[in-house]
Amino acid sequence: MKQFTSNPFYKFILFPIGQMIVFILGASLILSLLIILFAYIFRSAITADFDLVERTLLILPQVLINGITIGFVYATIALGYTMVYGVLEFINFAHSEIFMVGGVVGVELMAYFEHIGALHTMNQFVVIALAILLGMIVSGALAVTVERIAYKPLRGAPRLVPLISAIGMSFFLQDAARLTLSLTTGEFNVILPNFGTFDEFLLLSVPGMDAPLRFQIKSIILVGVTVAMLVGLNYLVNGTKIGKAIRAVAQDRPSASLMGINVNLIISITFLIGGMLGGAAGVLFALKATRLDPFVGFFPGLKAFTAAVLGGIGNLTGALLGGLVLGLLESFGASYLSMFTNGAFGAEYKDILAFAILILVLVFRPSGLLGQTVGQKA
Amino acid sequence: MNSFFKKFFSRANTGPWPFVITIGLLLAGSYSVYQSPRSLLAFLLLMLCPLLLYFVKMDSKVKLFIGLLLTIVVLPVIGIRNIFYLEVVFQISVFAALALGLNIVVGMAGLLDLGYVAFYAVGAYTWAIFGSKQLSLLHSVPGAAPAGAEFALAPSWFWLFLFLGLGLAALSGILLGLPVLRLRGDYLAIVTLGFGEVIRVLALNLDKPINLTNGPQGITPIQRPPLPPAFIMDPIRNMLTPIVAHVPTDAEFYNVFFYFLALIVILIAILVARRLDDSRIGRAWTAIREDETAAIAMGVPLVKMKLAAFAAGASFAGIMGALYAANRTFVSPETFSFLQSIGVLTMVILGGIGSIPGVIFGAAAVVILNIQVLQAFSLYLSELRQSDAVIPIINFPWKDLSNQLDPAKYQKLVFGLILVSMMIFRPSGLIPAERRQRELMENKE
Repeated sequence: MKQFTSNPFYKFILFPIGQMIVFILGASLILSLLIILFAYIFRSAITADFDLVERTLLILPQVLINGITIGFVYATIALGYTMVYGVLEFINFAHSEIFMVGGVVGVELMAYFEHIGALHTMNQFVVIALAILLGMIVSGALAVTVERIAYKPLRGAPRLVPLISAIGMSFFLQDAARLTLSLTTGEFNVILPNFGTFDEFLLLSVPGMDAPLRFQIKSIILVGVTVAMLVGLNYLVNGTKIGKAIRAVAQDRPSASLMGINVNLIISITFLIGGMLGGAAGVLFALKATRLDPFVGFFPGLKAFTAAVLGGIGNLTGALLGGLVLGLLESFGASYLSMFTNGAFGAEYKDILAFAILILVLVFRPSGLLGQTVGQKA
Repeated sequence: MNSFFKKFFSRANTGPWPFVITIGLLLAGSYSVYQSPRSLLAFLLLMLCPLLLYFVKMDSKVKLFIGLLLTIVVLPVIGIRNIFYLEVVFQISVFAALALGLNIVVGMAGLLDLGYVAFYAVGAYTWAIFGSKQLSLLHSVPGAAPAGAEFALAPSWFWLFLFLGLGLAALSGILLGLPVLRLRGDYLAIVTLGFGEVIRVLALNLDKPINLTNGPQGITPIQRPPLPPAFIMDPIRNMLTPIVAHVPTDAEFYNVFFYFLALIVILIAILVARRLDDSRIGRAWTAIREDETAAIAMGVPLVKMKLAAFAAGASFAGIMGALYAANRTFVSPETFSFLQSIGVLTMVILGGIGSIPGVIFGAAAVVILNIQVLQAFSLYLSELRQSDAVIPIINFPWKDLSNQLDPAKYQKLVFGLILVSMMIFRPSGLIPAERRQRELMENKE
């Protein structure tokens, strides 16, 4: 058994993927049971011309698929928050803009391919891979630059000082992106060009159900890429020397420095990794949203932060779980809120659902779902 | 070079010179604004006056007299002559009052509130819902107002609602504070941000199931309180007519009226802040700000004191909100965005966290920058666009510059730059509070 667990294939590929599957199934199962329970409770109270339980069950699979897809995006962004928080104990407020820049750059690359006419001759997967790669490079570089300019001079200052600086940086980046876009293209909305078969659906008929399950092809790409990145990150953090150094700095910065670890370099690397994940998430988000503007990062950023807190901030596995749970909750809220309240409250409240969750988590379990109680550190 | 300036300043700051310079600047400023009501430079010259008043050494009674002369006589008269300045001065006073309120929370108690504008919205919507026809429209779809809707209350109820707005805002501050005030600073910041967004989304969407806020269209018209009776207003009107070269209208008087109301709130805010600073509560806040654990150990009732700070800050926002709703006769959710919260925070940071003169200066600077300097840049750019001139060095014709490049629309860029650069280069602000300055100096050593 011992030999089996120390096998790198098991440790770095099988185990994290298994963990993800457990998380997905567990979260989906618990939330589905809850919603079905609610449906039975509210069944008689709703005076609609349909049966609430039947309708709930009918759309449940699709709601779950949507929730898991968006949950993976949140998880990928949340990893950026949680890594930086783990190392510096500081909320990188500008991370939502780093995510936005990644998405915008990726979409602009695809638009450029369309402009030169190469989009339809190239393999669509190569195009997406190139866009993600460019988004990662630009966002990673941007994250490191932001850290050098706006955070590094403030290390050791009172806690709120770097936070205010980060808020300023977030505002600055939003308008700087708008300025750059409007000066170069005259328009600050970027729209994903139409190509490939991404909007089509993969149908999967399940015995015993009337309608087949519909998987959007881009959702499958999205989940596939994020899973690959998460596995890679897990290897980087737990399997390499750099990862060991990151963990050491997160645990105790002065001691890590005494052990010969270049703390500044490790902090920069942390920002680089977080930024790259954010950039990739931006491109994947753009595939789903098809339309971006410089202010698009705000809500996904805040939700991802909520996801990080929900999972236990500083904890990488927690960020994954938090992202999935938040994505599912949001998807449930958007689909069922209107149905359960007879149309009085609808999907427009899904953006503030995250804040309600954030407040509830912070009040009842500040250490998050998976976090240990660390007490009032600092 | 430096010592030359120092000598120059100390020379100018002794004997009769401060008096001469201040009065001179006041007269020169008033005269130039009076002569060329459209010039930005003339207005900035006049606005230098209060700043100078703060820095020079003079008997405080003389200072007070000059200050009152400027705020009560000169500014309203100039404002009636050119109504735009009245708008500028009104906005400065509104934001100064908001910034003073936020300063109690951020500066004195050290709790970063990123959703401050939510309390402003609570105050504004309190008067907006009761002071408009909204109460009789509760069951109609927004935009499809039935004829014959009536105002629910007489305009003079405004005075009561000023205090009701204050109370409700303070109450919502306490309600928000109760669950979240145990949190550490940065979590608290995000939660308050969330609260600000929640209030905005509620204002945006509470047009159903009952139409409480009229959704994204906002509520209008909102009633204003009645002006003072004619036997007071008529002599003032007659007196002002030759000075401003036209008969002042009621609309102009309303603007002066609201400006004075805002001044009163500022005055109260300054008094409250100064009295609080030296009081038991103020010292408790300082203790919490410096070291929470030590404060608990010393027996400071943590949650109670934090709640007091939240409520005090929120109440100023609430009263200003009701005032704002009446002045604009219109409220809509977009007025209460995250950008506004950060705008107020920028004023506090720019002027100096915890410093009363600094915060007022910050409010004036940001408002003037926002609605005058950036606006002037935009106008200048659009003039250049219509000319045949080219940008030197890179030889790019102004005409081809994108229309999107409109400095007045880049407030976020400006706020962001101010926040980051202040944090890096001068975290105690431009006019720092004495205690803060001492602390930051100690930290450096």
